[in-house]
Amino acid sequence: MEFAELIKTPRADNVVLHRPFHPAVEGTLCLTGHHLIFSSRRQDNAEELWLLHSNIDSSEKRFVGSLGTIIIKCKDLRIIQLDIPGMEECLNIASSIEALSTLDSVTLMYPFFYRPMFEVLEDGWSSFLLEQEFELLSSVTNEWRLSCVNKEFSVCPSYPPLVIVPKCVDDEALRKVALFRHGGRFPVLSYYHKKNGMAMMRSSQPLTGTNGRRCKEDEKLINSTLRSGRRGFVIDTRPLNVAQQARAKGGGFEQEVHYPQWRRIHKYIERFNILQESFIKLVEACNDQSHNMDRWLSKLEASNWLTHIKELLTAACLAAQCIDREGASVLVHGSEGTDSTLQVTSLAQIILDPRCRTIRGFEALVVREWLQAGHPFQQRCAQSAYSNSKQKWEAPVFLLFLECVWQIHRQFPCSFEFNEQFLIMLFEHAYASQFGTFLGNNENERAKLKLPQKTMSLWSWVNRPEELTRFQNPLYEANSLVIWPSVAPQSLQLWEGVFLRWNRPSRFLEEAEEERINIIKYNKELQAKVNALRRQLAQLETDEESQEE
Amino acid sequence: QVEQVKLLDRFSTSNKSLTGTLYLTATHLLFIDSSQRETWILHHHIAAVEKLPLTTSGCPLVIQCKNFRIVHFVVPRERDCHDIYNSLLQLSRTAKYEELYAFSYNPKQNESEQVKGWQLIDLAEEYKRMGVPNAYWQLSDANRDYKICETYPRELYVPRTASKPIIVGSSKFRSKGRFPVLSYYHKNKEAAICRCSQPLSGFSARCLEDEHMLQAISKANPSNRYMYVMDTRPKLNAMANRAAGKGYENEDNYSNIRFQFVGIENIHVMRSSLQKLLEVSGTRGLSVNDFLSGLENSGWLRHVKAVLDAAVFLAKAIAVESASVLVHCSDGWDRTSQVCSLGALLLDSYYRTIKGFMVLIEKDWISFGHKFSDRCCQLDGDPKEISPVFTQFLESVWNLTEQFPQAFEYNEAFLLQIHEHVHSCQFGNFLGNCQKEREELKLKEKTYSLWPFLLAEQKKYQNPLYNPDFSPELTLLEPNTVSFNFKFWRNMYHQFDRSMHPRQSMLNLIMNTSEQNKQLEEDIKELEAKIKQRNGQSDVVLEKEQEQTAHPAPVALKTPPCFQKEQPPMPVNDAVRTIEGSNTADNRYSELVSEFSKAEPAVVSLEYGVARMTC
Repeated sequence: MEFAELIKTPRADNVVLHRPFHPAVEGTLCLTGHHLIFSSRRQDNAEELWLLHSNIDSSEKRFVGSLGTIIIKCKDLRIIQLDIPGMEECLNIASSIEALSTLDSVTLMYPFFYRPMFEVLEDGWSSFLLEQEFELLSSVTNEWRLSCVNKEFSVCPSYPPLVIVPKCVDDEALRKVALFRHGGRFPVLSYYHKKNGMAMMRSSQPLTGTNGRRCKEDEKLINSTLRSGRRGFVIDTRPLNVAQQARAKGGGFEQEVHYPQWRRIHKYIERFNILQESFIKLVEACNDQSHNMDRWLSKLEASNWLTHIKELLTAACLAAQCIDREGASVLVHGSEGTDSTLQVTSLAQIILDPRCRTIRGFEALVVREWLQAGHPFQQRCAQSAYSNSKQKWEAPVFLLFLECVWQIHRQFPCSFEFNEQFLIMLFEHAYASQFGTFLGNNENERAKLKLPQKTMSLWSWVNRPEELTRFQNPLYEANSLVIWPSVAPQSLQLWEGVFLRWNRPSRFLEEAEEERINIIKYNKELQAKVNALRRQLAQLETDEESQEE
Repeated sequence: QVEQVKLLDRFSTSNKSLTGTLYLTATHLLFIDSSQRETWILHHHIAAVEKLPLTTSGCPLVIQCKNFRIVHFVVPRERDCHDIYNSLLQLSRTAKYEELYAFSYNPKQNESEQVKGWQLIDLAEEYKRMGVPNAYWQLSDANRDYKICETYPRELYVPRTASKPIIVGSSKFRSKGRFPVLSYYHKNKEAAICRCSQPLSGFSARCLEDEHMLQAISKANPSNRYMYVMDTRPKLNAMANRAAGKGYENEDNYSNIRFQFVGIENIHVMRSSLQKLLEVSGTRGLSVNDFLSGLENSGWLRHVKAVLDAAVFLAKAIAVESASVLVHCSDGWDRTSQVCSLGALLLDSYYRTIKGFMVLIEKDWISFGHKFSDRCCQLDGDPKEISPVFTQFLESVWNLTEQFPQAFEYNEAFLLQIHEHVHSCQFGNFLGNCQKEREELKLKEKTYSLWPFLLAEQKKYQNPLYNPDFSPELTLLEPNTVSFNFKFWRNMYHQFDRSMHPRQSMLNLIMNTSEQNKQLEEDIKELEAKIKQRNGQSDVVLEKEQEQTAHPAPVALKTPPCFQKEQPPMPVNDAVRTIEGSNTADNRYSELVSEFSKAEPAVVSLEYGVARMTC
């Protein structure tokens, strides 16, 4: 298919662009296969807006006389309005936008066409390999091994080719366990707590069914992570009744009789459409400037968004506590083990593992616990909060995770190497990007699409020194401790950087942030200067002394 | 002194507690726990003491403070508990001003320092700064002996054209004699903020002098033909007042006024609103939705928004339309003080400096007779007179500092400290209800002024991000008052609940860094001078230099002394008081390992496979 077929009017003049808190600008609008480009006519202050079609969540058109207006709502939650003179042009452009922003085929997406304008210093596709992760692990324990039982994606289609499993369990046993777990997602290592040797594993639900099926290999696998005489905890992200109901459909949970050394904790985390609805309601509330106080607060409450945040943080703290405080191993799963499970395991690592609070460590975490672990990004992020089409698989699961990280970040502003912008950037790229990183739903699909060969990795770009400086937190000071966030409602806040980003004037806040950075930078400069002067003085002194001698 | 007393964690459900000894002094209640941490509670800060039913571990005693601290003790023996309870009841309810702490507080200042302290804020100077007296405004001696209005200050500024008979006549037509006077004068726009109380208009009464008075104010503004009259009450309340012979201005009787209601609720609504808010925020194991719906039902943020909206309206009338504004409510000492002072704060960057904010409080709150004594319940009195009007003002200012992080010289700690002392009765400034009363109490001789003490430690209150050039002198600060900008002020209402605060305080870190930068700049100068000296002359006294090099790195800037050891002079800054939660950022975690294991809130109790996270 040629994009040109979809673009009947590639260019329109005298278009007026409206954005909240910006004066309206007149200019030229161009449509290309992947971008909507607006450039202001003024020579002096040429302003350009490049919008990826894939970033467009929904668009509406309106007419007043022959003046058409297109309102574009983006996945990053921004809303812009374009006034286009001429009914026909406007109709053409609106239908092109509609068509280009809803392309079905992944291979038509921009990442397959994008050619970077920068030199690739490090190929992001191979920046975070599980082999490296395993090497680190091997230096502290030999209880685990790297298994390539899933090399052909035949044992578990949503797992990566390589996984880390207990050493005492062979590949044959893994195949059997895979048959006992939903979607073949047998328990694998998610995190190893060096401090006390406890492990966090993740999987999907066991397929016990109504007649209480069991699987000896499964029991052996997870028992092998326990110290003799010690208990472990299974954190099930479903409420007990849902887990029980799941048995009717062939699913289920670990029963006490077969797992006597494990204590099960049900910590409910909302799923899919409930989260998506919550997301939509929250964004709706934030976008309406006319709400009086009562209405705003009740809308905020009705969205339930902060409740989800609190629940998720609580579950993650719980998992972290079982490991760090109770000195117990943990297995986390829900039903499929691709959503709430990953939220819990990755957040627990933020709390427990200082490495995950560095930029590279966080990237590795996203790769390991989200991309390789098979979170279906393409399904979940197909639409954002403005989708009016019927939902299928969309859910802001990854966004919730990012927001929880932000909440912890706010409580420990000096313990993270990255800043808020880094998290916002990941949110944007998960929904629309020129990079291939978040395309596909799992490693299997990515391999089939040949993403590493055909597209650029987000990490190749982010990890360039020029880009990194934008994402560094000037307050960062490595903190090797476990960081326990407060989950009291009074301690949680709306993530304004995402939800109010386009709805309020932000100049003063940005300037203040700049000033903060300047104070820190200046401090470093001064320290360096003082040290240099000290050395110079000491040098002078020794010179003099030797002269005197 | 009672031993083996337990201090319970307010929000913990696992009944975590600290054991220690409780001491009762003449001015404070002191709790020292086993690790020698001290909690000081000033008797005047105690708002309520409650004895709960006896439990197996002892007799629980709950103390609620005016600074929103709530402590929950368990006293092993009931008799002790009863004694403490009775003593606290007596000590926290003072009958006479002379028994307040301020009269016994001795900060070791000599007399001239005391006098100088009181002279630090000079309102005559402040009116001069604004540009009055001038061709339109003059100082009136009408109230020199408090004859016209007891609750106003002696010195009042009125339009030159308002003769004494007009003043007298107008004052008779105004509730409590509080006739229209100048509160703030905007030099560039030649427009004024004036304040008064409601007119005694009833359903039809009018007063020619009062009408003349308003006309005089209007005419004192050469750049505009009309003026605004802002009645800060809801229209319904104002109408109801007419039945009692009071009311509001009839636009037909006053020429060229634009009358406007702005709908701020009265002190009783505010009191119960805050009460509701505190009930919600004090709930254990609170869910997000209960918190948000409680926040909504309390109406507190709605009220704060109403106050700020009114201030924005006022400031815009002056800055945009160059129109003078007369503000009143019922008596003109609560809502009027809020709106006038916030309006001036938006208009004039001077009030966004530390000194300027003190001046603003002295002018619009203290001198114009906001009834601090009644509103803060300094003496045992009518509970219906208590109202968090001033707290609300501070909260509005805090909201502005959040929106304009670089516009204010002071930080949140400054606002909290002022709030602390409005209730502490440790300094004379806020005692009594009006200037006349203060003079009668001879406060300037018998007590000390708060301001020099705050100035002396102003490092603590400086906003490191402050940019004096943020807004040129008289440009309007235009806050965005869309609802989502108003947030729950956790650092005020949970000031003492450490577990809720960020474990690392960005503000403290930036403050320390900025402080350290100044120190480093000094060091550089010193070092450069020395190097120059070295290079210039060869024989130098070596000893001195060695001393210098032995000097540790300059970085050893300590955190502002933890309030712990700081007993009187300022015992109010007691042990547990840390504005931003624990000082982790300052300590750079070195001591945190133990801190975490102790004060860590998230305790999980694993019972029957159902985990409860508590915080």
